[in-house]
Amino acid sequence: MAVTKYTEEHEWVRVEGDVATVGITQYAQEQLGDVVFVEVPAVGRKVAKGEACAVVESVKAASDIYAPVAGEIVEGNAALADSPGDVNAEPTGKGWFFKLKLADKAELDGLMDEAGYEAFVKSLG
Amino acid sequence: MVQSLDRSQGRAGGVAAGAASNHGTYTGNRALQIEEPLIFEMGQPGRCGVDLPEPPKVKDRLNGLRRAGTIGLPGLSEPQVVQHYTRLSQKNYAIDMGVYPLGSCTMKHNPRINEKVARLAGIGDLHPLQPVSTVQGALELIDRLAHWLKTLTGMPAVAMSPAAGAHGEMCGMMAIAAALEAKGERAQRKVVLAPESAHGTNPATAAALGFTVKPIPANDRGRVDLAALKAALGPDVAAIMLTNPNTCGLFESEIVEISKAVHDAGAYFYCDGANFNAIVGRVRPGDLGIDCMHINLHKTFSTPHGGGGPGAGPVVLSAALAPYAPYPWIVKDGDTWRVAEDGAKVDGTPLGRLKAFHGQMGMFTRALAYIMSHGADGLKQVAEDAVLSANYVMAALKDVMSPAFEGPCMHEALFDDSFLKDTGVSTLDFAKAMIDEGYHPMTMYFPLVVHGAMLIEPTESQAKEDLDQFIGALRSLTERAKTGTAAEEFKAAPRFSPRRRLDETLAARKPILRWRPSNNPPEGDPMKQAAE
Amino acid sequence: MRYLPLTDADRREMLSVIGAKSVDDLFKDVPASARLGAKIGGLPDHQGELEVERAFQAFAAKNVSPGTAPFFIGAGAYRHHVPSTVDYMIQRGEFLTSYTPYQPEITQGTLQYLFEFQTQVTLLTGMDVANASMYDGSTGTAEAVLMANRITRRHKALISGGLHPQYRSIIETTAKWEGFKPVLSKADAEGLEDLIASVDKDTSCVVVQNPSFFGHVRDFTKLAEACHAAGALLIVVVTEVVSLGLLKPPGEMGADIVVCEGQSIGNGLGFGGPYVGLFATRDKYMRQMPGRLVGETVDADGKRGFVLTLSTREQHIRREKATSNICTNAGLCALAFTVHLTLLGEAGFTRLAEINHAKASQLADKVSAIPGVKLLNDSFFNEFTVKLPKPAAPVVEALAAKRILGGLPVSRLIPNDPSVENLLLLAATETATDMGMDPLVAALKEVL
Repeated sequence: MAVTKYTEEHEWVRVEGDVATVGITQYAQEQLGDVVFVEVPAVGRKVAKGEACAVVESVKAASDIYAPVAGEIVEGNAALADSPGDVNAEPTGKGWFFKLKLADKAELDGLMDEAGYEAFVKSLG
Repeated sequence: MVQSLDRSQGRAGGVAAGAASNHGTYTGNRALQIEEPLIFEMGQPGRCGVDLPEPPKVKDRLNGLRRAGTIGLPGLSEPQVVQHYTRLSQKNYAIDMGVYPLGSCTMKHNPRINEKVARLAGIGDLHPLQPVSTVQGALELIDRLAHWLKTLTGMPAVAMSPAAGAHGEMCGMMAIAAALEAKGERAQRKVVLAPESAHGTNPATAAALGFTVKPIPANDRGRVDLAALKAALGPDVAAIMLTNPNTCGLFESEIVEISKAVHDAGAYFYCDGANFNAIVGRVRPGDLGIDCMHINLHKTFSTPHGGGGPGAGPVVLSAALAPYAPYPWIVKDGDTWRVAEDGAKVDGTPLGRLKAFHGQMGMFTRALAYIMSHGADGLKQVAEDAVLSANYVMAALKDVMSPAFEGPCMHEALFDDSFLKDTGVSTLDFAKAMIDEGYHPMTMYFPLVVHGAMLIEPTESQAKEDLDQFIGALRSLTERAKTGTAAEEFKAAPRFSPRRRLDETLAARKPILRWRPSNNPPEGDPMKQAAE
Repeated sequence: MRYLPLTDADRREMLSVIGAKSVDDLFKDVPASARLGAKIGGLPDHQGELEVERAFQAFAAKNVSPGTAPFFIGAGAYRHHVPSTVDYMIQRGEFLTSYTPYQPEITQGTLQYLFEFQTQVTLLTGMDVANASMYDGSTGTAEAVLMANRITRRHKALISGGLHPQYRSIIETTAKWEGFKPVLSKADAEGLEDLIASVDKDTSCVVVQNPSFFGHVRDFTKLAEACHAAGALLIVVVTEVVSLGLLKPPGEMGADIVVCEGQSIGNGLGFGGPYVGLFATRDKYMRQMPGRLVGETVDADGKRGFVLTLSTREQHIRREKATSNICTNAGLCALAFTVHLTLLGEAGFTRLAEINHAKASQLADKVSAIPGVKLLNDSFFNEFTVKLPKPAAPVVEALAAKRILGGLPVSRLIPNDPSVENLLLLAATETATDMGMDPLVAALKEVL
């Protein structure tokens, strides 16, 4: 059973077993506008929680994507190279960024659940 | 739409009646606006725009490395070349056409005497490595400009070679790194402070040199928060990078206190001189306690902007930084001039070399012609008229637009987008509508610290009547926006320019950065068939 | 003052709209200690156009114009004939007085010529993509090394002894302050250098020049293979871009980045600047490039148009994470380059290159026939090195005294190195004539 958690950086983390899939939320893609390029991390790279490991670019902005939890990258979404618009069209589906093998499952406890994230977005006005 | 191709010119033609994108003309042209293909779509083998003699027959000494295939360059005759670039030129807005209020860029009049003297035989045609005995006048010219720059800024030294403002920043920050190294503090002082309103070049330069950039906050008057700055200063700080007048168009009124605090903490003060036009001839930055400042000759001293360059960015240096100035510089020995170049025995420890040869001589010549034309009296008037014009625009618009800060500005007037609230019109839409009114828009969305920023720099070059018409146009646009029903009209702007809004997302998602025979021009493009 | 349209009456009226008594009120934020009441002292007042022009004629009169003397200097800046059309075109106000095309709807002229320029650069160099220009070849070379360091995440750059000495200095300076390690090979006057054995797994890039500073023409295909096998990049520098009309392009040798000084096409000598840097690379490194890029797109009516693109690499967006701090480039010099190259076209450009090579070949034959003078090159394009029987610097001064601009003593750019003291670098372009070569040969015989 997959569990989805959220960060204050507007990332979602879907956990299945010990692998987490990471992407950005609907709110984040709206803020960015048309995504034109995504740089995903190389497989095998070990990332610390909070480490910048991907970049998402619109025409006028570039934003770092931070690892929401520590782990080792097991897959990057190669399809985004040809269709970065997937991030806009399906931010929580085809527009995922990378998958990582969790280093410490307990780190997930520090993230928000869906209700918590919705409240967080509301608080931003 | 039926199109036929006139192969001799590579231009489209056909019955295009009713085709909106072609304005209903056979050619797709609209009177003086002429659609123009790429040179690669109009060239013909066997055509050439120059006549060169048969080369003398000699033995090939190319080590067997003769190019095998053709290059692929198109062949055009001279009249075709003249027409091509003339037509392209007519798709550009320029200072020569009217108000170009691009904040932070100082789009002032570019006098033509500057161009003439830069091309004189004996100046424009000199080789940089001629024996120095044959270029005494050129070295004297550079030194004359250096003298003016030092005197106008009240600084003891200047490095002339940087090629542009950002290059000057690199030079100045390298000099600071060199001074720290000489004191044995380079490893310890790794932080550079810069306001969030800084030009992007400031953090980019500091980061390239291995410094960590820490933002310093502004107060509600748009100036550096002195208390916050003092709190941020410590033994880890190498320098502050501060633009003055700042990017909000305001003079840093506590700048003397700032420089004292910076120096008391053992750090250096880099001043970004992009906005020197506001104070030239009226305030000497040296009197404010700075350590170095680059001067964009293409801003303050009218060398042409040229579609994005070339520029020149000499850097004035305090006595503390002067020993680290890069090669080369000009030295006078008795009655003769010489160049201190790499390896020369000199006082001080030059930081190295930033550019081949002697810097942007062509820009030095133009800038000196501009400076000599104005003189000390005229330059003071430049600053006063630039500041007066900006304040006039601000005063005439403040009841309908929303100034970002209270009080007089310097040479540029900054507005935020709160006056457009609930109109559905954004800063971008407002700017694009200015194009239809015949103006180049102001700088938009910079500085980043002001929401939907609009930075207007009229410069000293506009007559009052032209400023009044510009003000009238902005007031009219503001009124239209505020009806609350004009959003669509604004979003459709510009309507009368050679091109309407361009799809930047498409350009970035699938970058096409060169012409290729296989490039497939988009549907509806009148040049589509020409490329085939 | 002829450039200032405001009259005193205008100024009074504007002040009254502002609500200020005098312009001094507008400068009230300037600290009292720095307010100058009067104009800055010790400087002359404004002058008319006639007086200014005279002053510059006086500067010019103290120089020897290359057009008035036999002329054979190159070393990274070359004297070529620039057609009148070029200078006329770049002085059109719509080009001269426009700025960076931030508003593409009203700067299609600049954007289209830059797109054409980028395409021309890729064709000349044999590369996939090119940017809209750098300041010049020398600064572009340093940027190329930084780019290679970024791509390879390594910091050891091997710098050829055939690279222009000032370019080498700029790389050294950049390395010292930006923190990487260049390994500089010794000056390679004989053209014998082979860097293949020096490439290892720490190497980020190898920087070579073709033709080299001393004029040698080399094939770097094997060096490129060695670089790629070690995960390093090959950077090829070309300071005489006319050579690409005749020589195998660096792209065909396997170069990863090509940097050229573009001055030779469209831009006068100008005592060293402004010039124009050409910068080209492979598609896969596109997003690591410094500088502005123009791309093709469509407008709201579906018509083809051009925009600045991939801007997120740049300082105004990425700030401290930008690929370079560059902002201003060499737009107008790029225009001069592209207009001149368009006039030349395939036929003109290749013929121009042939003429240059032939003239230099004639000069080499004439000079090397002088007793005691030895030609060091078995290959060259339009520039070569000769060894004189005595130090070259005083020889060049003696020639200058006879109003002959007879080449560059290598010691000027590589001082304090006895091995180059007697070396003279000579260039001949299409502007060289027998009437210039013969006096040079005669004068050399006299002073040697």
